[in-house]
Amino acid sequence: MLKIKDLYAGFDGKDILQGIDLEVKAGEVHAIMGPNGSGKSTLAAVIAGKDEYEVTRGYITFENEDISELDPEERAHKGIFLSFQYPVEIPGVSVTNFIKTAINETRKAKKQADMPAAEMLKMIKEKADMLEIDRKFLSRSLNEGFSGGEKKRNEIFQMAMLEPKLAILDETDSGLDIDALKVVANGVNKLKSEDNAIVVITHYQRLLDYIVPDFVHVLMNGKIVKSGTKELAYELEEKGYDWIKEELV
Amino acid sequence: MTKYTEDDLKKELETKEYEYGFYTDIESDTFPVGLNEDVVRAISLKKEEPEWMTEWRLEAFRYWLQMEEPNWANVHYEKPNFQNISYYSAPNKKAKYDSIDEVDPELLDTFKRLGISLDEQKKLAGVAVDIVMDSVSVATTFQKTLAERGIIFCSISEAIRKHPELVRKYLGTVVPQRDNFYAALNSAVFSDGSFCYIPKGVRCPMELSTYFRINQGGTGQFERTLLIADEGSYVSYLEGCTAPSRDENQLHAAVVELIAMDDAEIKYSTVQNWYPGDKNGKGGVFNFVTKRGLCENRAKISWTQVETGSAVTWKYPSCVLKGDNSIGEFYSIAVTNHFQQADTGTKMIHIGKNTRSTIISKGISAGKSQNSYRGLVKILPNADNARNFSQCDSLLMGNSCGAHTFPYIEAKNKTAQIEHEATTSKIGEDQIFYCNQRGIETEKAIALIVNGFGKEVLNKLPMEFAVEAQKLLEISLEGSVG
Ligand SMILES: Nc1ncnc2c1ncn2[C@@H]1O[C@H](COP(=O)(O)OP(=O)(O)O)[C@@H](O)[C@H]1O
Ligand SMILES: [Mg+2]
Repeated sequence: MLKIKDLYAGFDGKDILQGIDLEVKAGEVHAIMGPNGSGKSTLAAVIAGKDEYEVTRGYITFENEDISELDPEERAHKGIFLSFQYPVEIPGVSVTNFIKTAINETRKAKKQADMPAAEMLKMIKEKADMLEIDRKFLSRSLNEGFSGGEKKRNEIFQMAMLEPKLAILDETDSGLDIDALKVVANGVNKLKSEDNAIVVITHYQRLLDYIVPDFVHVLMNGKIVKSGTKELAYELEEKGYDWIKEELV
Repeated sequence: MTKYTEDDLKKELETKEYEYGFYTDIESDTFPVGLNEDVVRAISLKKEEPEWMTEWRLEAFRYWLQMEEPNWANVHYEKPNFQNISYYSAPNKKAKYDSIDEVDPELLDTFKRLGISLDEQKKLAGVAVDIVMDSVSVATTFQKTLAERGIIFCSISEAIRKHPELVRKYLGTVVPQRDNFYAALNSAVFSDGSFCYIPKGVRCPMELSTYFRINQGGTGQFERTLLIADEGSYVSYLEGCTAPSRDENQLHAAVVELIAMDDAEIKYSTVQNWYPGDKNGKGGVFNFVTKRGLCENRAKISWTQVETGSAVTWKYPSCVLKGDNSIGEFYSIAVTNHFQQADTGTKMIHIGKNTRSTIISKGISAGKSQNSYRGLVKILPNADNARNFSQCDSLLMGNSCGAHTFPYIEAKNKTAQIEHEATTSKIGEDQIFYCNQRGIETEKAIALIVNGFGKEVLNKLPMEFAVEAQKLLEISLEGSVG
């Protein structure tokens, strides 16, 4: 589904990502772990097509198509979703209005008619219930005054509504207490299928107890320095990252 | 890769052309240019006005001769040559229509292009439309329903002929002839406009609506609106306009007077979309408007405006809170793009006791435009326990535009409570990227963010008008990004 080959990217002529290789197949869950500042969010943003970043080498394909030249919204239309580490506020735009716009813009791009209001409402209700989201929450301004946990839950709500093929969850666990974490993870698991894939970015093993990865990658200084199975996550939890650094030397 | 950057935004803003740049060619009966007492008399004659009206106009004209064009506003423009304007122009075909089939098809087509065909308007539940095209009303609907309740809604010319006692009693009582330069000019030469009277205790059952157009090259438009809500009555009035694309500057100097008697309420909503000039700042309408409402005891006046057009706007819908416990409100969105300049705001004059006023102003600036809020809150010595809340928010797009806030407060009573809040923000690239990531293209994202920013004001508009206003906001910033 997603193939990243020898990817170098950054800005102002400085590469933050220094040769990433990653392949994610349909039905798989990958975890990317690594210390703060190692480039995890940068990788997510580059996949999503944030134009601040410049790709200087390598390429990204999605479903065998090179997506390097696509605008972020075109990538979204193809089914790439990013749950932001720091979701932005849009004052005066309700959660409902925002998701309605997102869904209908995506349908428009696919030359489909707007989703009928009744269908939309039904879907909103379903997904909100699944994530234990209060109805009142849906009429609040997007992310304005939301707690850290509310922001993350809202990201997953949007994911549930948009039903992406590839979801990248950037530190979705931060800001969530243990109960909320279970609800959110549960929601993500329900969305999982043989046809889609999930990349979980985290630096705690905690989330991976609930969203169980098939593969775990360690990102350091813009490079994937180690890959393994979920056991690697336990090892990291126990020993930190220093031993990997030492291994590398 | 077409990517959105501040630079692209700036570039694209400059390539946006005016959507409604067309004009209806209907043969007109137009006065030669120039202004003197004879022209004033001729206008009055043309409109078959009574003697007192002619005299009132002449009086205004004489005041005007003594006055100077004001220049305190934060706008810069080439002063119009008042001798180079034609002060009267009327469509020369039959003026009144009983059915829509009789209306000039070209005009109907114009409305269609605006997405507000009469047909559509008629279907919109309960909207009576009095179209002022150029200077003479060409269609009036729903008159019967209104008449049954004793409501008078007609052109001001008709009111002068049919209801002279009302016009004579109230015209110029809120905005006197010599109030300011443009008000004096308007008083002398006003061509047409609307008149509305709601009798005691009557709740007007529908939104009253007027669409204005400027249609002749070089013709100034001087609208005069007089709206009287008698004791305990209620009316919601909608005013909206678009103008065709013209090369030379067009002067628009309207006067709107509202009178809310004891316990009456007036909601006055405006969507303004005069031609703003091209991307180089050439052409466009000069919009110098005097709008003021008078509140008697427990009366309430709300001004809501969405301003997207005009090259130069100078406009301060105000409330004179004369009666005790009266309420004044001002909700405004002003969008400026390219070289547009807007100096707009409100005046809340607290005279009575326990008077309250609320000001919510949202300025959106793009391109090389300048957007100023100018507000005065004045509390007179006898206005015990007066309260005001003002909030002025500015949203900037790009780095070449300007937002300015000039709040003036004059409090002569110690019990006054006045609060003022102001914010300035920019549409962030992070916001745009967030929207993009959800499949929303940049142009749509801007519209979404701008509509969110103006939500408090848009929410104050009647439903069908709010939809149109949102469309206008989108159009006026359309093509502004890549
Ligand atoms: N927009 C930016 N401006 C400046 N530095 C940035 C920006 N984005 C990322 N960086 C830098 O790139 C590096 C990687 O950051 P990031 O991808 O956020 O790491 P992580 O998500 O792994 O914590 C850090 O050194 C960070 O400071
Ligand atoms: Mg990060």
